[in-house]
Amino acid sequence: MKLFFRGVFFIGLFLIFAARACYAQPVSSVDLVSNAAKFDNTRISYEGEAIGDIMYRGNFAWVNLRDGANAIGVWLEGSAAKTIQRTGSYQSKGDWVEVVGIFHRACPLHGGDLDIHAETIRIVRSGRAYAEKFNIRKRNFALVLLVILGVAWILKQLKIR
Amino acid sequence: MRVCLDDYPRWIHYLPTFFSKNMILKPSIEDVKTIGYYLGKVIVGLGCVMLLPLILGVACNELNPALDFLISAQISLIIGLLLIKLCDTDKDLSWMQGMIVVSLSWLVAMVLGAIPMYLSGHWNSFLDACFDSMSGFATTGLTLVQDLDHMALSHNFWRHLIMFVGGQGIVIVILSLLVKGTSGAFKMYIGEARDEKILPNVVNTSRFIWLVSIVYFVLWTTVLGFVGIAEGMSKGSAFFHGACIFMAAFDTGGFAPQSQNILYYHSAAIEIVTIVIMILGAINFRLHYHIWMGNRREITKNIETVAFFFSVALLFVLVAIGLNQMQVYPHTSTLFRKGFYQFISGHTGTGYGTLYAPQFISDWSQLALVGLIIAMALGGAVCSTTGAIKMLRVGVVMKALFQDIKRVILPDKSIVIQKFHHIRDVFLEDHQARTALIITLAYLALYGIGSLVGMLFGYPFLNSLFESTSAAANVGLSCGITSVAMPAALKITYIFQMWAGRLEFISVFTLIGFFVAAIRGK
Repeated sequence: MKLFFRGVFFIGLFLIFAARACYAQPVSSVDLVSNAAKFDNTRISYEGEAIGDIMYRGNFAWVNLRDGANAIGVWLEGSAAKTIQRTGSYQSKGDWVEVVGIFHRACPLHGGDLDIHAETIRIVRSGRAYAEKFNIRKRNFALVLLVILGVAWILKQLKIR
Repeated sequence: MRVCLDDYPRWIHYLPTFFSKNMILKPSIEDVKTIGYYLGKVIVGLGCVMLLPLILGVACNELNPALDFLISAQISLIIGLLLIKLCDTDKDLSWMQGMIVVSLSWLVAMVLGAIPMYLSGHWNSFLDACFDSMSGFATTGLTLVQDLDHMALSHNFWRHLIMFVGGQGIVIVILSLLVKGTSGAFKMYIGEARDEKILPNVVNTSRFIWLVSIVYFVLWTTVLGFVGIAEGMSKGSAFFHGACIFMAAFDTGGFAPQSQNILYYHSAAIEIVTIVIMILGAINFRLHYHIWMGNRREITKNIETVAFFFSVALLFVLVAIGLNQMQVYPHTSTLFRKGFYQFISGHTGTGYGTLYAPQFISDWSQLALVGLIIAMALGGAVCSTTGAIKMLRVGVVMKALFQDIKRVILPDKSIVIQKFHHIRDVFLEDHQARTALIITLAYLALYGIGSLVGMLFGYPFLNSLFESTSAAANVGLSCGITSVAMPAALKITYIFQMWAGRLEFISVFTLIGFFVAAIRGK
């Protein structure tokens, strides 16, 4: 019985330490940039919208994730990057992605960049295409200006003649 | 009045004489008409430039952005045509009128250039859009844009195009195409802080500047496009980014298509290519001409390139020691890559960065920051696309200092002659040293004024000095002060600094004098 409790105690202790070691603190980009020293080389969780290009480099890829304030570069395996279907641009809202990985204030592998080396990624929300609504007010204003421009042009031509 | 610019800008000596004579005279209606006529031409030209992003918008099916440019172009054309009509004249520009046309044109370009920006919805206020517009035209690179990563291609293109146009000189770009006489164009050429003619005719000079820029545009956009593809970007994106980055790097601007600036690419290759382009942009166009003509020895002999080399070498040592003190970068190679990129970007007045703004304060020691601030304050070559004091003035002031030291050391009867090489050997004269020193002091005062205003709003000294120098020297690196949240008065201060710094004061002072004369003159 005594041996059983000891076993339970040590297993519990192991689980607590293992959980602490694996725990990834969710952090915003503002925190990461302004307190980079504090988070340097720690496991963090960061989420944001995938923006721009997914840049494949060999078996890995760069994805930039923007959480609203800043975009941060995430270095991840190419196969993981392929799970991102849509990236943010004028025409679309990108997938909202959560990454868990090691944060580097000045990454020794990537020329001192502030980045995250992702271990796991998860698509939190899928992106979508934006449907651009044609702005009627702007169109009407442009038409009014076109008439005024025509009059101004005629006035200038009359003067020349 | 005949003005000779062969060796050094003597024109500055003629201007005060003219200016002091006319200072007390109320500007005549003819003055106003001539200024209005040429201003109208500049505005018409600017309206035509807006057609480029309009075409891109239509081609990329960005209909609302295309409407933004259509509206802005029409407003510009209406104002321009009405000014030409109301102020119709066949008179050529006087010096004062030329200077005023230049300084007013830059303000008008800022306002008109801000219209499509504001209509895009990516700027919180029209003042913010004006800030970015002036930052673009003056090739500074400080920005208040919101959600840049979702911006339409045509709007993004406009941000970079205004740097390209502003870098060459808005007025001279437009007027070299629209003005028949070269005398008026020459006065505006000088007013836009171009101290030297490359070819005998100023119109041909500006056309040569355009030739160089367009040849480099094709070459370096291609290079950047292929590098982008090699680094994993899609083809369309790589060439679009390549074109934008070239325009902002060669014109030492600093805008980039994405919010992370050059850090977005995570690419040493793109950093190397942009370093080369930034240095090309910081070189005197007259030197480009001589290199193109096969006179490559000029690179090693020219006072500007020599001064630039020594300045880079000495100041980067300061920056590197400062960075080493902080122990942020794990290897020498990373320290060099991060440190040198921001440094050369600052020294050439570009403002491209691979750091987040707050990292300058958190990761860089005060020594490193001071080294970078001095580099930003000095800038590149005259008759290039950079702002700041510039290397020729630094070289001339140093030569004058050596000359004075020699005068003290040598016997009284000895004649001390100081020479420097700038395209040809030039004997240093007192008026050259005085001119260089006046402009240097004016820049130092401008840096100081911006710093004081920053401190008035509660920012620390070094941060204020960094941001002020960056704005006045048309650099664009930021340590975090520039944001939508900064006070409107500080935004206006930085706009003034960017404008005055880009035009190198004389045309700005002339405009102020013009308004004073209009109020107090008889």
